[in-house]
Amino acid sequence: MFLIYCPHCGEHREEEEFHNHGQAHIARPLDPDSCTDEEWGNYMFFRKNPKGLHHELWVHAAGCRKFFNVTRHTATYEIKEVYKIGEQPKVVE
Amino acid sequence: MSDVKNETATVSVMNQLPDASIVGQSPLFHADLATVAKKGPNTGGVSFKEEALLGHITLRMNADNAEQMSVVEKVLGVALPTQPLTSVSQGDVVVRWISPDEWLITVPGLQAFDIETAFQQNMSGHYQVVNVSGGQTLVTLSGKHAKDVIKKSSPIDLHPSEFPVGKVVTSVFAKSSAVIRRSGEETFELVIRRSFSDYLWLWIQDASREYGLVVEA
Repeated sequence: MFLIYCPHCGEHREEEEFHNHGQAHIARPLDPDSCTDEEWGNYMFFRKNPKGLHHELWVHAAGCRKFFNVTRHTATYEIKEVYKIGEQPKVVE
Repeated sequence: MSDVKNETATVSVMNQLPDASIVGQSPLFHADLATVAKKGPNTGGVSFKEEALLGHITLRMNADNAEQMSVVEKVLGVALPTQPLTSVSQGDVVVRWISPDEWLITVPGLQAFDIETAFQQNMSGHYQVVNVSGGQTLVTLSGKHAKDVIKKSSPIDLHPSEFPVGKVVTSVFAKSSAVIRRSGEETFELVIRRSFSDYLWLWIQDASREYGLVVEA
């Protein structure tokens, strides 16, 4: 089990209260109509699957129901940092 | 989030409990807690009581909006708690922090409509007030072993240094969820969903069997 720090509640809570929503920082194309199929396909379906640092979107589903970002090491499961939506990660490879 | 000003939106509000002559049925009505309380033991480690038919109001707004905050204080007689995981109470009114832009207000049942209406009349801009009284109920667990029953059901740390009187958390409770507030050293208030109330009533009976459950009506 993880103990995850919720930046909105300001304390650590059990993983049971959270859901992982996959890769963070996926920007929707500004003009979807002019995307090529490849660009749209990449946006819709293609995700990173790194062994190492991964920036992920999590939601405090059973708590405050707010989304936030987590930088997690996918091999050690160590959470390197937690930051709010709209902020940029400090821990990068 | 931008504040929408000068907008005359009309919101339909319905009085869910027009007056005391209409008998409301709480989510645990079928359990007939009054009869259970008469039959059951009078002493035990855990006491259970449903605060039936309270008015539950969900308020969502931007806590940085000083004008709206002052309206809230005028309507409720108490300011919203802006510190995460805190609550304030004033008489019968309890305001629980749910998330940075959401609060749960509980008031005596017949006041819910008046307070909801007062918000609609006095607040301006971007906000939301919903009377959710019908969707949930409030139960209290008290006594020496109340915290042990919650420990079985929820991953929350209940040590007084982590969970002082007045703190509020929304968390997992016995595979369902609950808004748990410590209202006294040995007293906890749980706001639970209507559809889970029967399941949680059965769960609490089972979880508190070893300590002895006293049902109060």
